Amino acid sequence: MSPVAEPQSHALEAMGLGFRVGGATILSDIDLAVPAGGFLGIIGPNGAGKTTLLNLLSGLLAPTSGSIRLEGRDVAHVAPSARAGLGLGRTFQTSSLFNALSVFENARLSALARLGGSGHFWRRPRSRDEASQVAIEVLADVGLSSLADRPTGLLSHGDKRKLELAILLAARARILLLDEPMAGVNTEDVPLLMELIGRLHGEGRTVVMVEHHMAVVVGLAETIAVLDSGRVLATGDPESVIANDDVQRAYLGQPL
Amino acid sequence: MNVFLALTFSGIALGAIYFLAASGLSLIYGLMDILNFAHGLFMTLGAYVAWDVASHLPTSWGAPLLFSIAVVASIIGGALAAGLTEVLLIRPLYGRPVSQILVTIGLDLAVVGLLLGGFGSNSLSIPVPLWLIEASRVGGLDLPNSNFVALVAGVVILVALELFLHRTRYGITIRAGVENRDMVSALGINVGRAFTLVFVIGGAMAGLAGLLYAVVFSGDLISPTQGDSLLIFAFIVVVIGGLGSIRGSAVAALVVGLVQDYTNFYLGSHSGMAEIGNLSVVLLLALVLEWRPRGLFGSTL
Repeated sequence: MSPVAEPQSHALEAMGLGFRVGGATILSDIDLAVPAGGFLGIIGPNGAGKTTLLNLLSGLLAPTSGSIRLEGRDVAHVAPSARAGLGLGRTFQTSSLFNALSVFENARLSALARLGGSGHFWRRPRSRDEASQVAIEVLADVGLSSLADRPTGLLSHGDKRKLELAILLAARARILLLDEPMAGVNTEDVPLLMELIGRLHGEGRTVVMVEHHMAVVVGLAETIAVLDSGRVLATGDPESVIANDDVQRAYLGQPL
Repeated sequence: MNVFLALTFSGIALGAIYFLAASGLSLIYGLMDILNFAHGLFMTLGAYVAWDVASHLPTSWGAPLLFSIAVVASIIGGALAAGLTEVLLIRPLYGRPVSQILVTIGLDLAVVGLLLGGFGSNSLSIPVPLWLIEASRVGGLDLPNSNFVALVAGVVILVALELFLHRTRYGITIRAGVENRDMVSALGINVGRAFTLVFVIGGAMAGLAGLLYAVVFSGDLISPTQGDSLLIFAFIVVVIGGLGSIRGSAVAALVVGLVQDYTNFYLGSHSGMAEIGNLSVVLLLALVLEWRPRGLFGSTL
């Protein structure tokens, strides 16, 4: 929700979004709108439905009610891979990288998925094909060039997060859904990752980030939405949301 | 000592053939979670296609040329059989792994039955050049030329497979898919194409393995049930090596080939138990699983 943006320029919009499993309501009446180039932080206690919301937005789950618009197009029932083709990229709480592949190969695979096509079967990855070029560029962009040939399984948590962002860049994602990008990351790596995410946003990308680390959310997000028991408790700029009484109550006992 | 060295050499040759049979099996399992019981059939069909092609060509072409054609035919025959199996039988059953396994068992039983009906249970003879039956004298040892052929085939295929998996886009997709297939589809990559490809590649190697086993260890004779008896050892190799691992399959194939060869000679000839080599391989399997339940090379390529 952003007061500055015009309605038609929303990069991502959820209207009356709901998700029920059996008799249980996980999410209901979620209204959110992120303007193109906006940064929405989503916070909320464990079990509030934050990851479910990202799963709906990225297409891993289909909503039981409401609609999702991606740059104006209704995508509520569009497959995740097709949403990726429309510019939506997502990271996961637990790493979604291929540990047996090298850092370079992970980035290249993502570029290949975007470029598609079936030609160049025997072309070597290191040759100057387009996907390799893209991989080299995005690894440089996130500062992983020196680790390009390392097996991904040997990376630190912080470097894995960087690689996940590089993969989104290789897929040319314009809208990034980040699920707890600081989870498991060393304290000294947090500022580096914050800077990187801030830069990717500054380059014009739209970001939706679920994160527990309050300093990170307050430092990066333009708008914060508080989720509690499957509903949006409050939205607004970081200061007003933190000052909100309902939010204080939902977070009772947890420092904000 | 000479006997030991000669045994080692033939054990390595046996291992090379096990590797050809097992690596495809391992890739198919790693990528698709299918225990492919039709893999033995692909070996048998490779050998039969080779025999059929070679026996319909004029003998005046000479054994060396006929045998070369037979080798190519076994590879194409195995690849075709496997490709058709994937497209016609496995593909309609995506998402139903138990049905997929059952259909491979059914296919194997049915086609082996057809072969028995069509060609009879008698073994058929593959035309081979004379030098393949002869031996070469290397460092005081008479080593069968056919063993060299198996060894070269195994090494060439291992190198080609490693290059394919690490240097091509499909190879990278397959390695990624072995680790996390769902994630590869989530990226927007058509994994179905990779499924067909691993079947075709696995079938090609199986077809070659079927022909080479007949030529190297079975006196140039092929029979409808040969592939299925090889399949048991291929499965053991895959499990010892680690499901989905090519390098694991290569190492395990060598170990299994050597152990089987040594025990067959040293224990078999003294105890009079001809098949003791087979027993030793099963014991080896049990020991490895006790020590490393995921096999020697875990589940990575």
